[in-house]
Amino acid sequence: MLKFIVKRVASSIPTLLLLILFSFVMMRLAPGGPFTSERALPVEVLANINAKYGLDQPWHIQLWRYIEGLIFHLDLGPSFKYKDRSVNDIIAQGFPVTMTYGLWSFAVAVVVGMSLGIMAAVKHNTWLDYIAVGISIGAQVLPNFIMAPILVIVFTLWLELLPGGGWNGGQWNHVIMPVIALSTSYMASIARLTRGSMLEVLNSNYIRTAKAKGLPMRTIIFRHAIKPSLLPVMSYLGPAFVGMVTGSVVIDIYFSTGGMGQFFVDAALSRDYSLLMGITVLFGAMTILFSTIVDILYAWLDPKIKL
Amino acid sequence: MTILKTKFSKGAAIALLAGATALTSFSAYAASPMAGETLAADQTYTYRMLDGFPSLDPQLVEDVSGSDAARDLFEGLMNQDADGNLIPGVALSYEATEGNTVYTFKLRQSNWSNGDAVTANDFVYAWRRAADPKTASPYQWYMDLMSIKNVAAVIKGDMDPSELGIEALDDYTLQVTLSAALPYFADMTAHTTTFPTHQATVEEFGNEWTRPENMVGNGAYKLTEWVLKERTTRVRNTEYWDNENTILDTVISMVISDENVALTRYLAGELDKTEVPAGQYPALKESNPAETFSFPRLCSYYYTFNLSDTGPEAFKDQRVRHALSYAIDRNVISEQVLKGGQYPAYTFTPGATAGFEVPTVPYGTWTQAERDAKAVELLAEAGYTKDNPLKFNMLYNTSEAHKKIAVVMSQMWKQKLGVEATLANQEWKTFLEVRGKQDFEMARGAWCGDYNEASTFLDLLTTESGYNDGKWSNARVDELMASAKTSSNAGVNYTEVEQIMAAEMPVIPVYHYTGVLMINEQLKGWPLSNVQQKFYSRNFYKVAK
Repeated sequence: MLKFIVKRVASSIPTLLLLILFSFVMMRLAPGGPFTSERALPVEVLANINAKYGLDQPWHIQLWRYIEGLIFHLDLGPSFKYKDRSVNDIIAQGFPVTMTYGLWSFAVAVVVGMSLGIMAAVKHNTWLDYIAVGISIGAQVLPNFIMAPILVIVFTLWLELLPGGGWNGGQWNHVIMPVIALSTSYMASIARLTRGSMLEVLNSNYIRTAKAKGLPMRTIIFRHAIKPSLLPVMSYLGPAFVGMVTGSVVIDIYFSTGGMGQFFVDAALSRDYSLLMGITVLFGAMTILFSTIVDILYAWLDPKIKL
Repeated sequence: MTILKTKFSKGAAIALLAGATALTSFSAYAASPMAGETLAADQTYTYRMLDGFPSLDPQLVEDVSGSDAARDLFEGLMNQDADGNLIPGVALSYEATEGNTVYTFKLRQSNWSNGDAVTANDFVYAWRRAADPKTASPYQWYMDLMSIKNVAAVIKGDMDPSELGIEALDDYTLQVTLSAALPYFADMTAHTTTFPTHQATVEEFGNEWTRPENMVGNGAYKLTEWVLKERTTRVRNTEYWDNENTILDTVISMVISDENVALTRYLAGELDKTEVPAGQYPALKESNPAETFSFPRLCSYYYTFNLSDTGPEAFKDQRVRHALSYAIDRNVISEQVLKGGQYPAYTFTPGATAGFEVPTVPYGTWTQAERDAKAVELLAEAGYTKDNPLKFNMLYNTSEAHKKIAVVMSQMWKQKLGVEATLANQEWKTFLEVRGKQDFEMARGAWCGDYNEASTFLDLLTTESGYNDGKWSNARVDELMASAKTSSNAGVNYTEVEQIMAAEMPVIPVYHYTGVLMINEQLKGWPLSNVQQKFYSRNFYKVAK
C-alpha cells in the first residue's frame, strides 16, 4: 500500500510538469494576449507592462521561472487581469467557495442517489422502483443551466424564501440552490448505477445462499450486498467528486458565487496566462490525488484487487 | 462587444474651457433631496456589475466599473456634476498661466480616511507613480496625453519620475508644468489615473494596499469588503470633507455576469440598478414604467469593409459599398431586433454627442424603398447580378445580439440584392487579433466615446488611428481632423468628414446605442443626463416608499 502511494506521488510530478508545459504552449498559441485591447497600447507602455510581468523574456525563461516559483515558493505568480491580486490570493478566495458547494453537492448526490438506487433495487419492479427510476431519469434530463433559473424563479421570485444569488461569505441560504442545481444530475447517475449493480449483486449466488440460510433481508443488504455493489459506483465517484469541488461555470454564472469555475473560463477568455495556469495546475493535482484515493478505496472494497 | 473604457484624449472639452486663464473657482455639489421627500431609513445602494474590478488602484484602473468605484473611494482635483460639468474636488480653484502651460491648483484642507491631511505632495507622489515604468500602468498613455513636462521620457525610462513637471509649492498649492498648451487640462484631472494615493500605505503594503484592511483613501466612501467577482461594500468615510452633505451610507456592488439573472434579482428586490437585456425593454417599460429608462449613449455600432490590400477587390468599388449600406433597413434592426429605443445610424457620430449637429447625408433622408432601388441599381452597375452574385464573409465577435443583427443584415442583402454573405463569429481576443491584422473581409465594429465630443469618433477613421482596422485612408479627412484640434469652430470640419464618409462609405453605420436601465424608484440622483454615465454615489439618496 505504502509503496503504491509513493509510486503514485512520484509519477504525478512528471505528469504535472507535462501538464504545465502543454498548457503553456497552448496558451501562447491562442491568438491575442492578456494586453490585447480594442485600441492598441502605445509601444513604450506595452513594453513597461511586459517587463513587469516578465513577458519580455524568451519562452523557456518564462516557463522556467514559473516552474521555479511553483516548486520552491508555491507561488503561482501575479494575475495579469486582476492587477492587485496574485493567483494564490484568487485561489485562496475562490476555492473555498467552490469546495463548500462542491462538498455539499457531493454529499447530497451520494446520500440521495445511493438511497434511491438501493431502494429501487431492493423493491425491484414495485411502485417504489418506478418512482425512484422516474426521479433519476427526470433529474438526469434536467441540465443545471435549466434547473438553476427554475430554482431562482420558484424560490426567489415566487416564494421569496431564498436570495437569487451571491455568496455572502457562504451563508446557508446562499448555498442551498447551488447545491441542488449542481447535485441533481450526479445524484441521478449515482442512483442508476447503484440500482444496476445492486440488482446484479442481489441476483448472484452468494446472496441466494444467504437468503436460503434464512438471514434477514436487512443483514443481507447491509452486510453482504452494499460493498460489492459499490465498485462500479466508486469508479464514477472519483471523477464526479473532482468535477464538483472544482466548480461549475454554470453554477458560478447563475448564482454569482465567485467560485473557481467562472475564474477558469474568464481567465481563458481574457488570456490571463498565470491565473489560467494556476487553476489548471490545481485541478490537475486534484484529479491525480482523487484518482489515487479511489484506487485505494477499490482495494479496500474488493480484496481481490492488489495495489 | 464594446468595453466602454473611461478614456480621454486630446480634443476633449476643447470648447469647454478654452482660454480659461483667469482664476477659476466653483460652487460645491452634493445630494440634494427635494422639498417633500422623506428619506428612507436604509440608505444602501446595491447595483449590478458585469465582472469583478480588475483593480482599485487609481493609477492602474482602466475599466468603467473600476473607475466608478475609484470615484467613490478617492477624489481628484476636479469632479463632474450630474450634467458632466466640471466642479471642484480636492482643488478649490485653479489658475492657468503662461498661455495654458502652467496650472496652479489651490487645494482645500481635507483628510485621508486615516486622518492624515491630503496635501499637494500626495498628488505629486501619485502622478509620478502613474508615469513610473515600474508601475506599468496601462493608462500611462493618458499621462502622456496630459502633456506634463518630461512625461514621455519618464515613461520610457530615460528620466527619473522626480523630473516630471509637477511640484508642490506648499502643502496646499500644486503646480503642473506642461509641454504644450492645453486649455482643457483641468478637465483631465477628473479622471481616476490622476487621483491621489497615500504614499505610506502604498509603500507599506505593495500591491496589497488596495485590500479593505489596508486601503487609505480620500473619497466619500471607504472600502470595507472586496470579494473578487462576488461583491464589494463601501461605507461612508466620516473623514471626507463634505461628509455632512452625504446621505447614502452604504454602496454594494454585486458581480452578476448574466444580465437575465441580474434582471431576475432586480425584480426580486435585491438590486437598485441593473441593465435591461436586449429585446426586453418594451415589455419592462409597460410593466414597470417608472423604473425603466432608455437614454442615448455615446456609442456607435457599425460594420467595416476591409479596404487594405488584403481586402476583397469588390469592396474597393464604392458602388458596392453604397449598395450594401443602402440595402440595410436600420429601422427593422432598431425596432424589431434590439427594441431598446436605439437610433438608426446614417452617420458615424451619434447625435447625442455634445456640440455635434447631425449633418444631412442624402441617403439618410430617402425612404427605404428609394434606398433599396438605388442599391439594386448600383450593384448591377458594379457587375453583380443574381447569376453572378457578390460573395463575402462577415465577421463578428461571439454574442447572441451580434448574431441576430448579422443574420438580419445578411438576409436583407440576400433578398434585395442576391448577395451571399457568409457569417462567421470569433471569441473576443481572437476577433481583435484577426481584425487588427486585416485578416477579414467585413467585420463588426463598435466604439464608445472616450469623451463627449465628435472627434472621439471621427478620429478613428483617420489614416493613423490605432482603431482604423478597415484601413480606409482619405487625405482630406486627415487634414480636417488635424485642423479641428485647434479650430474654434470644429463643427464645420466634423460635418464635412461625415459627408465624405457618406459619399465613400468606408463603414456601414448601423445604429447608435441607448443605455437601458432599471433603476429602483426609491433611488434618486442617478445622472441620466450625463451621457457618459459618470456617477458619484455621494450624490444619491433613497426616499421612503
